[in-house]
Amino acid sequence: MLNADAVSVELGGRTVVDKVSVTVAPGEWVTVIGPNGAGKSTLLRAVAGLLPYAGDITVAGRPLAAMRPRERARRVAMVHQQPVVPPGMTVYDYVLLGRTPHVPPLGREGAADHAAVAEVVDTLDLGAFADRRLDTLSGGERQRVFLARALAQGAELLLLDEPTTALDIGHQQEVLDLVDRLRAEAGLTVLSTMHDLAIAGEYADRLVLLAAGRLAADGTPREVLTEANLAEYYRARVRVLHVDGIPVLVPVRRRPG
Amino acid sequence: MKTRPRGRARPRWIAAGLLVVGAAVVLGVAIGPVSLPPLGVALELLDRLPLVDIDSGLDETQANIVWLLRLPRVVLALLVGGMLALAGGCYQGVFRNPLADPMLLGVASGAGLGATLFITARAAGFPAAQGVLPIAAFVGAVGALLLTYLVGGVGKGGRNPTRLILAGVAVTSFLSAVQTYVQQRNAEAIRQVYSWLLGRLAVSGWNDVLTVLPYVAVTAAIVLTLRRELDVLTVGDDEASGLGLHPQRSRYLLLAAASLGTAAAVSVAGLIGFVGIIVPHIVRLLAGPSYRSILPLSVLFGGAFLVLADLLARVAVAPGELPIGVVTAFAGAPFFVLVMRTTRQEAL
Repeated sequence: MLNADAVSVELGGRTVVDKVSVTVAPGEWVTVIGPNGAGKSTLLRAVAGLLPYAGDITVAGRPLAAMRPRERARRVAMVHQQPVVPPGMTVYDYVLLGRTPHVPPLGREGAADHAAVAEVVDTLDLGAFADRRLDTLSGGERQRVFLARALAQGAELLLLDEPTTALDIGHQQEVLDLVDRLRAEAGLTVLSTMHDLAIAGEYADRLVLLAAGRLAADGTPREVLTEANLAEYYRARVRVLHVDGIPVLVPVRRRPG
Repeated sequence: MKTRPRGRARPRWIAAGLLVVGAAVVLGVAIGPVSLPPLGVALELLDRLPLVDIDSGLDETQANIVWLLRLPRVVLALLVGGMLALAGGCYQGVFRNPLADPMLLGVASGAGLGATLFITARAAGFPAAQGVLPIAAFVGAVGALLLTYLVGGVGKGGRNPTRLILAGVAVTSFLSAVQTYVQQRNAEAIRQVYSWLLGRLAVSGWNDVLTVLPYVAVTAAIVLTLRRELDVLTVGDDEASGLGLHPQRSRYLLLAAASLGTAAAVSVAGLIGFVGIIVPHIVRLLAGPSYRSILPLSVLFGGAFLVLADLLARVAVAPGELPIGVVTAFAGAPFFVLVMRTTRQEAL
């Protein structure tokens, strides 16, 4: 579905992403991890077509660079880390903005767009919120609305930039379980970035570890989340246990003496 | 879940806007030194519609007052008020700033300088008709816009909305300084310059209406066509790009259209403040935050507001006349406070 080959991104004269290659198979969930400043979000933004990059990115076999913005928006949808919440806008109207790439440039939304929004609102169980103002919702509810707006785009590739950073663990699971369900039901392919390694390992099929803009490791959570990798790239002292085959991280405090 | 008609101004607000415009036009035409019966005025206006044939009961003199004296001025007020309010709503959306004013990018100071130069040149014997003043103001306004655009692109990093605003500030203060200098050197023209600056709706038959009409029409067509994009821009440039738009391109197009329309309005009516900021906000408080309602409703309510303000300017100190800019601020500010108090929406 997604093929990024030797992608580099320069921001303000500094190479933030350095020849990183990532592939995501259809229906797969790949999560990019790495310490602060490793270039995770920058890589995602390049894949979304929001930043100029060097290298090749293809989505469903089509080169990203050859797509016009509207076509790109119909194939790739992104949920940003801290989306702008327009004051006063209702949930329904916000989700409806997701239909923009399907609305003719000088036209307005048609019945098909309203039907698509109604379906997304239904799927994400947002019916009770549809007429509420987005800026009155809680963090977890908002995150579901952001997701709904991205889904309304009808894209096959969903990019999630730190989708759960602001949420408590219960709401993190709620949102990520939802993404997992949609992936199965709607045939979505997911590329995300995540801060919380335990959560990242639990939900992703594969992890990609970036460090200082370079690809440091790529594999299953079990292969990537090793004590050695975490010590080298995160400068973290961690014991890695395995519960039901899933790596579990236990931070180890430096004890005096 | 129920589906509602979305994405357009709610019909009841459009109907209310049209009703207010109609009432304002009838009042504006009926009231003056010679009072005309409002019903007769309404019928007289309807009579001119295609396929309508009614006897208004007005005699020929009264009909002439309607068609040659009062209606041109009322229509000019509609166009100027609608234009300023539309441009203000557009600027607020483009800059995502509720304080954005359609004169932010130097239009006002450019028009002011153009008018001042013209008035002083005429006082010094330059052979030109008074009717050319709007053209001088328009040239000044457009010149100032170009200057702002050029200054905004100076230096590294290129143009962006913030730099444009800063450039507008620089151009405005520079041109204002030049204008003040010219004024001081030509003390005898000061009175005329001030009377122009404070805004007034000229009464030169239908000429001024025909002067601004093409600009207002083009601006309204562009801005109203792009009003859905303004809604998308409220989620930020990144996400607007992600949704397939060219946010910067839309911004420049909207700014150019709104500025050109403002320049035309200012050149025939002087610097009428307040309408461009307050009308879109009143509409937002009443009809919600979508630009798809705000913009068309701003045209209607802005036009009606200026017709009524002009009426007040004509009758308050009759037979004298108040500058209309004074009336818009004096009447508009308390009204705005009233709307803020009586609505529960925190749309600002």
